[in-house]
Amino acid sequence: MIGILDYGMGNLFSVSSALEGLGVPFIISDNQAKLNETDALILPGVGAFKDAMTCLEDQKHVEFIRSYAKKKPLLGICLGMQLLFEESEEHGLTKGLSLLPGRVIKFSGFSPKTGKSYKVPHMGWNTLSIKQPESCLVKGLSDQYAYFVHSYYVHTNKPEVVIATADYDVDVPAVVGDGQNVFGTQFHPEKSSECGLSILKNFIEYAALQKQTNA
Amino acid sequence: MLTKRIIPCLDVKEGRVVKGIQFLNLVDAGDPVELAKHYNDEGADELVFLDISASREGRDTMVDIVKKVASTLHIPFTVGGGIKSLEDIKRILRAGADKISLNTSAVLNPQLIKEGADFFGSQCIVCAIDAKYDPENNRYVVYTHGGHEKTSLDAIEWAKEVVRLGAGEILLTSMDSDGEKKGFQLDLTQKVSRAVSVPVIASGGAGSLDDFYQVFTKAQADAALAASMFHYKETTVGKVKSYCKQKGVHVRWI
Repeated sequence: MIGILDYGMGNLFSVSSALEGLGVPFIISDNQAKLNETDALILPGVGAFKDAMTCLEDQKHVEFIRSYAKKKPLLGICLGMQLLFEESEEHGLTKGLSLLPGRVIKFSGFSPKTGKSYKVPHMGWNTLSIKQPESCLVKGLSDQYAYFVHSYYVHTNKPEVVIATADYDVDVPAVVGDGQNVFGTQFHPEKSSECGLSILKNFIEYAALQKQTNA
Repeated sequence: MLTKRIIPCLDVKEGRVVKGIQFLNLVDAGDPVELAKHYNDEGADELVFLDISASREGRDTMVDIVKKVASTLHIPFTVGGGIKSLEDIKRILRAGADKISLNTSAVLNPQLIKEGADFFGSQCIVCAIDAKYDPENNRYVVYTHGGHEKTSLDAIEWAKEVVRLGAGEILLTSMDSDGEKKGFQLDLTQKVSRAVSVPVIASGGAGSLDDFYQVFTKAQADAALAASMFHYKETTVGKVKSYCKQKGVHVRWI
């Protein structure tokens, strides 16, 4: 059973319909006792970082997510991925969940490399460049195009948490993880066709494996 | 590298996809969910559904279609047509659409763009602009109501304004080239694309494979939309992509 945390900021429909399509049982809930029963947790998110952290804090989910990730796999999607990091500069500096090292900053819209401006948001299909092919999340991808929509991206000095990147003037961390239970994708796997579905499947398989190991 | 997107557009009337020339002589073209799946399998990067229903029932049917499409497909899709309020936006997004497109209602009530963007995020607010060249004043003018009503708005200025209000993408249709199949309006597309910081989808005029190449390379469009060319099976999404790829344009290749 996969849990999807409903804290008021996610596109719950698209994640849940993807899981439904994969035939994976899931619950959408804000009830921590119920979510504690699940084998893995998905943290969705669409909107602004500050609003999302306010929702998580108001609903006392911050500590819950942190302790969940110590025991079981957690996948942050889009804004949900950004929340896993230390802080964001979106609408004033805001502290994140600090499960991964790094800071969320805005695309400048101007490339010092080319001397030209570029479009923000980063919107559309971009290719993934896999940095850690051994990561369970990116195993056997049939294709490597993912659908991105974001104006802020993660800047981290720790290459070990970056599993895959996409090139959009800078190397945008696209798939991240701590090598243990914490995972994130900047793009929407549920909107990224076969590539995205493979990543979701990999996450679910990993969760099943962890469950066995812990049992 | 970010790829250029190819987007088929489906006109939906009272729950069925229709084909016609400039909204005249509409003929039934099938089930929206099946057609959406067909285009998805051909490699479409995104889909646009334009609801041209005349009735309330037709619009309610659209919500069901959105739900079905969202649970069948795993690519982004936009729904436009008849969206007039924040409540309408909510209804379509909750049903599973990734973006909504505002056209006439954005002109009549520009605050709706801002309210939608503040509430749901710019990424899901597309502003559709129908523009026509005005030779007397040498400018492009915005039209509303499906191209029936002329406004006093300059298309390039209006594009800047909708982005300032929070639109995350612009769907730009050239009424001069729409249905003509002589290629996208490159001058208009380029002017708008240069004027705004958000992605621009070029629409109107696609007639050959080279038209897509031209609009991507000469007019800096981020995406290109076509309807009849795909509906009448004059070409396929795959063929367009193959042509563009061969010419060195980055496209999503599956």
